[in-house]
Amino acid sequence: MIKKIIIGLFCLSFTSLAHAVLKIDITEGFEGALPIAVIPFQWNGAAKVANGDVSAIVMSDLARSGKFSPVAEKDLIARPQKLADVHYKTWRIAGMDHIVIGSVTKQADGSYQVEFRLIDILKAKQVLGYSFSATDKTLRAVGHQISDYIFTHITGLPGAFSTRIAYVTLKQDKKSYSARLQTSDTDGYNPQTLLTSDQPIMSPAWSPDGSELAYVSFESGQAEIFTHNIRTGVRKNRSKFKGLNGSPAWSPDGKKLAMTLSKDGNPDIYVLNLSDNKLKRITNHWSIDTEAVWLPDGKSIIYTSSRSGKPQLYKQSVTAKSKPERLTYEGGYNASASISADGKSVAYVHGEGNVYRIAVLELATKSSRVLTDGPLDESPEYAPNNSMILFASQEKNQAVLAAVSVDGRQKQRLAFTDGEVREPSWAAVRY
Amino acid sequence: MKRLIFISVLALSVAACGDRIKPDDETVGDSDTASADASSGASAGGINAGSGIGGTALEGGKLISYEKNAIDDPNNVLFEKIVYFDFDSNLVSDDYIEMVKHHGKYLSFNANASVRLEGHADERGTREYNVALAERRAQAVKQVMLYEGAGDDQISIISYGEEKPVAFGHDDESMSLNRRVEIVYQ
Repeated sequence: MIKKIIIGLFCLSFTSLAHAVLKIDITEGFEGALPIAVIPFQWNGAAKVANGDVSAIVMSDLARSGKFSPVAEKDLIARPQKLADVHYKTWRIAGMDHIVIGSVTKQADGSYQVEFRLIDILKAKQVLGYSFSATDKTLRAVGHQISDYIFTHITGLPGAFSTRIAYVTLKQDKKSYSARLQTSDTDGYNPQTLLTSDQPIMSPAWSPDGSELAYVSFESGQAEIFTHNIRTGVRKNRSKFKGLNGSPAWSPDGKKLAMTLSKDGNPDIYVLNLSDNKLKRITNHWSIDTEAVWLPDGKSIIYTSSRSGKPQLYKQSVTAKSKPERLTYEGGYNASASISADGKSVAYVHGEGNVYRIAVLELATKSSRVLTDGPLDESPEYAPNNSMILFASQEKNQAVLAAVSVDGRQKQRLAFTDGEVREPSWAAVRY
Repeated sequence: MKRLIFISVLALSVAACGDRIKPDDETVGDSDTASADASSGASAGGINAGSGIGGTALEGGKLISYEKNAIDDPNNVLFEKIVYFDFDSNLVSDDYIEMVKHHGKYLSFNANASVRLEGHADERGTREYNVALAERRAQAVKQVMLYEGAGDDQISIISYGEEKPVAFGHDDESMSLNRRVEIVYQ
């Protein structure tokens, strides 16, 4: 049975629907990914909308997740449009586990009805089917929603295709400097600029409910921390102490911001309670303490500290007085942690010599593994469903975003077409 | 009184010996050498009063004067305003300590002057750590200036981390140019 879902109009200003700013290429590996065939959806009563090619969006989402290996369109052995047309045996022989079929039908009022069905070849039946109402502008969102349904049904993990990512872009030369804080769909489409500045913008971080970004802006001539509601545009200055105001990190309940301040002499970690502006000092050491991130229980943080002489990761309680526990020992540079949503793993920058790679530490076993090749990988950020890690990378002298699956087997590049792109943050939910 | 001194580059580097500033700001205070030197005002080593009378710099030498406009004179030691650092270090090295001291003295003789110390890092390592590191570089430069008599209120600090490179290459030379503190007179 087909369930009916209406997708509301997202009240965003679609500044450049026609031109995606990020171009995503899958650069390595498909081993272990699940085979799936996404049959191009049939368009009824209308020509295919160039930027709303729903089945192409689904295919690209599933491929980017690292969990699926969709068949290239040219290699499809058949193109069934209806459930009755699916010849299970043929697909089974071709080694296919699932296929996706669907259609987009233009309605009298100009809207579209989008249907899809997920078919399990081994079970020889439809296992998922939905119908959506969409407009020109929401066809992409429907595509991402379909991807989420399929991803969740097959992997058991929550889908993360419908949320937004944030990043900083930069155009600079000897004479000019233009930084932008942007958000986009997780495939780089629908970019929106939140802030443009001739001074640096750093460290964007999504609030847990996806409604706000915290970030550092130097627009006043000094680093200050702001929170910025992406829908209302309301911006609040949260910290402008003398010295550093950096590394904002939302607590899991969204009520506090951990941050780095040097107002008392050295860079230390503080926690700001957003409702009453009370500030609590967490670390107090002459070395550099920075880049705090929260564990999911909201009781502890992991941060970078140079207290041993070189930057290493430490864990410390924010609720009780306790000594920091050192987490990393291998290599002279371990910094900038991102914690998986289940709190079990930590992605971080691992530097040895002149090479900086993304590594993952399992907190239970303290075992670590390096996932990327460098040479200048930084700013790791777990996807909300833990399936992959976004990071910033340097490729042929250009700063790009890249993603690696948590097993390190699949890598992809999200190239920015104009200037540099850096510091990705991935919203857990779509606001 | 005009303080006009000519010294040779050689004399400068000799004077710099035994006066290293340690990596951590706190340890700077432990250095007897530094504080003793601070009390001696402008009388840094290598003074050659006799040679100053002519008004021209010795070959290969630099003019030392703390006149108000000295910071804009290409022949003056104060014309140099960038301190470079080693990787992951906030140590003001022997190559730059004398230059920083001269700026400190200039500030002490020109109470109306003020500087902004802009700390920078190369692209290696993480962005927020580099902001913290570059702030420490600026603080290390500030400490030297304070010992030379500059006032705390004459010196402000901003750290840009790796956000504002001057060299855009990814080679060692570009990176060494980016690990710096810029002394910017306001």
